[in-house]
Amino acid sequence: MNSHSMVMLRRDFKHLTRNPTSVFNAVLMPIVLMLMFVYMLGDAFSVGVDYVDYATPGLMLMAVCYGLGGTATAVNADMTKGVINRFKVMDVSRGAVLTGHVVTSVLTNLIAIAALVGVAFLLGFDASASALDWLGVAGMVVLLATAAGWFTVALGLSAKSPETAGMAAVPLVLLPFFSSAIVPADKMGPGLREFAEYQPFTPIIETLRGLLNGAPSSGDAIAAVAWCVGIGLVGYVWARSTFSKRA
Amino acid sequence: MTHAIEVSGLRKAFGDKVVLDGIDLDVQAGTVFSLLGPNGAGKTTTVNVLTTLLRADGGTVRVAGHDVAAEPKAVRRAIGVTGQFAAVDELLTGQENLQLMVDLSPVPAKDGKRIVAELLERFDLVESAQQAASTYSGGMRRKLDLAMTLVGSPRIIFLDEPTTGLDPRSRRTMWSIVRDLVADGVTIFLTTQYLDEADKLADRVAVLDQGRIVAQGTPGELKRRLPGTHVRLRFDSAGELDAAARVLPDATRDDESLALRVPSDGGTTSLRALLDRLDEYSLSAEEFSVHTPDLDDVFLALTGHATEVAAK
Repeated sequence: MNSHSMVMLRRDFKHLTRNPTSVFNAVLMPIVLMLMFVYMLGDAFSVGVDYVDYATPGLMLMAVCYGLGGTATAVNADMTKGVINRFKVMDVSRGAVLTGHVVTSVLTNLIAIAALVGVAFLLGFDASASALDWLGVAGMVVLLATAAGWFTVALGLSAKSPETAGMAAVPLVLLPFFSSAIVPADKMGPGLREFAEYQPFTPIIETLRGLLNGAPSSGDAIAAVAWCVGIGLVGYVWARSTFSKRA
Repeated sequence: MTHAIEVSGLRKAFGDKVVLDGIDLDVQAGTVFSLLGPNGAGKTTTVNVLTTLLRADGGTVRVAGHDVAAEPKAVRRAIGVTGQFAAVDELLTGQENLQLMVDLSPVPAKDGKRIVAELLERFDLVESAQQAASTYSGGMRRKLDLAMTLVGSPRIIFLDEPTTGLDPRSRRTMWSIVRDLVADGVTIFLTTQYLDEADKLADRVAVLDQGRIVAQGTPGELKRRLPGTHVRLRFDSAGELDAAARVLPDATRDDESLALRVPSDGGTTSLRALLDRLDEYSLSAEEFSVHTPDLDDVFLALTGHATEVAAK
């Protein structure tokens, strides 16, 4: 990473520490959700295993999604308030501004997921994953966070205002509910079930779930990686072109 | 370098909407050039093209001797831009904002601290240097924004409506900052919708209306295209107006408002002579005023319609 990217990264991290709302959304919200689902609703769902074991992979994905709203808003604020134009005129390497936001987004996600997994263990989460499986989990999470990060940066650059940018990220927060994150897809009603089975988050969650159980399925893993690479590429190309076009 | 900015035949359209319809500009180094026009005239689009943010559809633009399309990097090294909205990072403090600019510019790190301290001092921001920019007033934000632009000591500075939305005192501060910059030999390209601002600051003014330059020259030259300074006398009755018109044969009369326009240089000697003459014939005017044409008059005369500012 070049020095401009490091400067941008430092700046974006300062933002994070001075903006408690985004930290709350990114780090505490997934933990609140976990406590809610495991303690309040978990007993009502019959998923065949301990509910915390079932829900943790899905909540890990939700933790990524909850961090994205802050990223979209931050990117958009830079765009609409003229900060990006200032950087462009200063000849800051064009990738640095965007890379800074993506890396910040990924690091926020990782902190949130580390905290979430910590809480999961406190709640009795029992993973049979080997060290290699954990490495796979980490790889999947980083890949997902990077892909979602680029996509969100593109959303943020294209939105008219920080408010609409925040709204644009809402589907990403809602989508996990219609996946196998909270309950298995085959328990859902017709229509919704097919949607849940074929939407990108389900194979990603199933991959994480498999790895954490020590029994990963290669079919899910291939689909998960393909979705991430696809989403990431679309986001990257879209973000780069919006960045150079919009003044 | 004698030409800081040369623009010829600049055209830009967004879809079907033509924003700039063939613009020619020539800005000499070390001068203040003002692009004057109402909202929506194309001022910001012009600045965006000149500062490499937007690509032109046609024409050539050279800034600091470099073609903006072919050598954008060379142009960027020579310029500083303060956009229409104060582009400061609100979550960072004033000092951190300036340090960010140092970190991103080619300025050596060892000079950075000194430059930041000097700029804070120069722009009277020392006391608020450790506060987040979100707590700053509009005037302070503009000052910080301009200070950030100055970090790399650019030789050509673009100011897009630098005083829009500022209170009169902050406007004056901004004007004196601009004058100081020019005294250091910096070239300023300033857009404004305030006519008095162009009049006070600029060496040359171009009037932009609906994507075309409708007039260009020094503020003085533009004013000369109008009737000169005159004294306006308003009377109580048509009888008095008639009597005064007989006594002052040079004057043009405006029967509707019972007023006379008397050509004058506005100096005390000629004013005293005029008043003495009225006195001699025992005439007294209800109202007396001296009119010097300002750029509002110029704009009205050139475009046939008032500026939005003047129309209010």
